[in-house]
Amino acid sequence: MKNVLTIAGKELRSYFVSPIAYVVLTGFLLLGGWFFFNLLARFNFLLSLYSSFRNPEAMTRLNLNDFVIAPLLHNLSVVLVILVPVITMRSFAEEKRSGTYELLMTSPLSMTAIVLGKFFGAFVFALIMVLLTAIYPLILLLYGNPELGIIASGYLGLLLIATAFISVGLLTSSFTENQIIAAVSCLVTLLLLYIISWPADTSGPVLGSVLRYLSLTEHFGELVKGIIDTRDLVYFLSVIVLSLFLTHRSVESIRWR
Amino acid sequence: MIEVRNLTKRYGDITAVRDVSFTAQTGQILGFLGPNGAGKTTTMRIITGFLPATTGTVKVAGFDIFEQSHEVRKRIGYLPESPPLYADMTVTSYLRFVARIKGVAKRELPDAIDRALQVCGLADVSTRLLGHLSKGFRQRVGLAQALIHNPSVLVLDEPTIGLDPRQIIDIRTLIRELSRDRTVILSTHILPEVAQLCEKVVIINAGEIVVEDTLENLTRELSLEQVFLRAVTKDTGAEHEAGVAEVNA
Repeated sequence: MKNVLTIAGKELRSYFVSPIAYVVLTGFLLLGGWFFFNLLARFNFLLSLYSSFRNPEAMTRLNLNDFVIAPLLHNLSVVLVILVPVITMRSFAEEKRSGTYELLMTSPLSMTAIVLGKFFGAFVFALIMVLLTAIYPLILLLYGNPELGIIASGYLGLLLIATAFISVGLLTSSFTENQIIAAVSCLVTLLLLYIISWPADTSGPVLGSVLRYLSLTEHFGELVKGIIDTRDLVYFLSVIVLSLFLTHRSVESIRWR
Repeated sequence: MIEVRNLTKRYGDITAVRDVSFTAQTGQILGFLGPNGAGKTTTMRIITGFLPATTGTVKVAGFDIFEQSHEVRKRIGYLPESPPLYADMTVTSYLRFVARIKGVAKRELPDAIDRALQVCGLADVSTRLLGHLSKGFRQRVGLAQALIHNPSVLVLDEPTIGLDPRQIIDIRTLIRELSRDRTVILSTHILPEVAQLCEKVVIINAGEIVVEDTLENLTRELSLEQVFLRAVTKDTGAEHEAGVAEVNA
């Protein structure tokens, strides 16, 4: 456990002493701010439109949760698909390339401690990213009355999806000593998991439901709607645990190759 | 104490190391020589537990590298061919990280780091970033990293490469001091270094041990250069003599 914290601390430091952390955080918040501004502007436009029509039924459907926060979270999750590979690409690939892998592997550390240390380092970084975007719903809470429970559930979803992405990123990074290969294969895997349910409607009931189950967006969407279902939590936990398990195997393979 | 028994390492069809056996005693510096690509680094990587052997066993301080890998790794200090440094860390923070993953207790950390800084002559650069250090300093940080947890076995892959003459003398003195109560395996291409430091010499060629003897026995009639060249060239003839002349020149 002590070793896990030592490695996690080193990982987190390495993000913040290089420009990576600042570039990623700035980009994430810049895009997030742009999404938020535009969603809010559209919301205001609809509000003035519906009130000038004196359409009370449409007015009741117009709320901050559905029209600002939900699309914002979906957009942020797409940005994470692109940014998380950049965060995780270094984790194993860089150690292998620079020779520090030899130091880690010849130290009295368990493979589990190495993998978990790297995972928690990246997780804390993702947590910082997600928490910084909490500024947008905070602004809404100050000036409006969105439903807090739905926001909390959506943010749980965003954190889970980021954590799942990180686990996949660690896995692809453990396969190679080339950071670009690590990043690209992570990006492709995440995008595939993201859009895998597209043919679900036309591919029959069995395959359709399998594809829907595999899709990250379907499960994330439920959480954004404010529905915390064990099925979705189990899905995210399975992706995380499976990826970390495979990372562990991949790192350990040096011992039996 | 290191015991290597019948070690073989294959990468697919290529045999990097074939049936290698030798022993290094405590208080002894073992010079590990061989041409480039002979299998030195592979052998050292197996001894330190970085790579698994295909067949054969290694015992370090009485522990088996496969069965009790964790115990071995606690007792071994390893300086790989290129020092394993994180370019974005300062010397002190790097040594603190290494000390912690090597299992140095928290209350002993400051002393261990100070000692390593002093011994390797790094006190003046302790706050510099590793990425900004010159090759000689990087090499010394690599050595400090290998020493930080006070290991009973040291495996050093070309420790004096890239150092200036004064630093080479310092590091050699240091290695000699360290070897008093430790086992040291020293790989190098600098034969005078072996002649100065080592009690025992092992020469590996094309993955096989060709010489294992004390320095005294080996240099009784021939110079170490002649012994080395004779060991790594199979045919002894004009070509070989020319090589000796070249080295002597």
